[in-house]
Amino acid sequence: MPDSTTLLVWLLKAGLIYGGMLGVAAGMTLAERKVSAWIQWRIGPNRVGPFGTLQPIADGIKFFFKEEVVPRDANPVLFRLAPMLAAVPAMLTVAVIPFAGDISIAGVQTTLSIADIDMSALYVVAIGGLGVYGVILGGWSSNSKYSLLGGLRASAQMVSYELSMILAILSIVVMSGSLDLREIVAGQAGAIWQWNIWSQPLAFVLFLVATFAETNRHPFDFAECEPELVGGFHTEYSSMKFALFFLGEYCAMFVMASLTTTFFLGGSEVPFWADAPWFVQLGAFAAKTSLFLFLFLLVRWTLPRFRFDQLMAIGWKVMLPLALANVFLTGALASLGVYGS
Amino acid sequence: MLLDYAPILILLGLVLGFALFNVLISELLGRRRIALGKADAYECGATGVGDARLRLSIHFYLVAVLFILFDVESLLLVPWAVAARSFAAQGVGATVFAEVVGFVLVLGIGLAYVWRKGGLTWDR
Repeated sequence: MPDSTTLLVWLLKAGLIYGGMLGVAAGMTLAERKVSAWIQWRIGPNRVGPFGTLQPIADGIKFFFKEEVVPRDANPVLFRLAPMLAAVPAMLTVAVIPFAGDISIAGVQTTLSIADIDMSALYVVAIGGLGVYGVILGGWSSNSKYSLLGGLRASAQMVSYELSMILAILSIVVMSGSLDLREIVAGQAGAIWQWNIWSQPLAFVLFLVATFAETNRHPFDFAECEPELVGGFHTEYSSMKFALFFLGEYCAMFVMASLTTTFFLGGSEVPFWADAPWFVQLGAFAAKTSLFLFLFLLVRWTLPRFRFDQLMAIGWKVMLPLALANVFLTGALASLGVYGS
Repeated sequence: MLLDYAPILILLGLVLGFALFNVLISELLGRRRIALGKADAYECGATGVGDARLRLSIHFYLVAVLFILFDVESLLLVPWAVAARSFAAQGVGATVFAEVVGFVLVLGIGLAYVWRKGGLTWDR
């Protein structure tokens, strides 16, 4: 049993990081509307608070008081369970992301991540993969045709791209010889050209595309696909349950952007400054991650949507063979001792 | 260390509490107005025909089975991926890699077979 100081540090880290993630997710809903407005030459939300900055809070309060509509033919238990099943795995994956290196809280030396486990890369894949249950159960339990089709499409898409994502991570694991995200970050310390993006450009592209597919974002948002499926798997959802689906999606975006940073851009490592204090590292991490978060928004408001058969064709016929070939090449080089030992 | 996983349980508690709170709060706070047709499944304003317990395209099943195959494959590759560099350091890198190639080749032939049979073609 850990002593009370350790327990307190755990609680503090969990609360702060989880709260921070929810804050980022709420901020992203505002950023999404502001960026879309900026791209479309509009103003965007500007009524609640200065420049509309309090809009997410107003939205949240509004969702609380909205009527709860459960379709007559829906499965009442699964209908209420599905939003939780969609949001919980997305929020749980944040546990292992190292936001900064060594930090001392109340005299306890620790890293700025909720849990320091040595198989964190595997944990992210395992827990993140559970999100598919919420999507497909939400679609099926609504007992609406649009929901059913949206849920099916989204789950087929998520499992297809998960393979490429895992294989892209595998080639990083081969490079660093560890499943520990902290070790993977440490392996990219030093100069900018130590980042994995330079030694694994193909894995980077595959991973980036897979993050868009995994979070059901444009140009892969077949889960919603408004002109065809109305709202997709959450067509029948209202009030806070609807908001929970969206919060889960934005948390997943944040986690995916953080993972891209961790795997390919050196995570919290500051270039040319190995022993930077923790807040500088956190700042570096935030800067790199917001780059990918902005990319999510930019892509959504500039690119049109694929067709579903195109999506599946790319996933299975292009991404999967490329990812396999990349693991092969990386494995061959590592087995020949090119990356050292 | 199993204790390393304990903070995840703390996070699980926070996340579950948040999710439960959100699902229950609007059931309690939201006002209810009964209206004709409100509880029908949405169908673009038209009266719904039947329910959504429909038969599904076999493709979705195929995708799920293929996913499981390749997911297990990549999971079996994880231990090798972690140890690849230390195998090379011990001078057995090429031997172990040859075994991995053999393992993946079997599944690669499987993928080629499914591809050839049209299992990956969606619009058919």
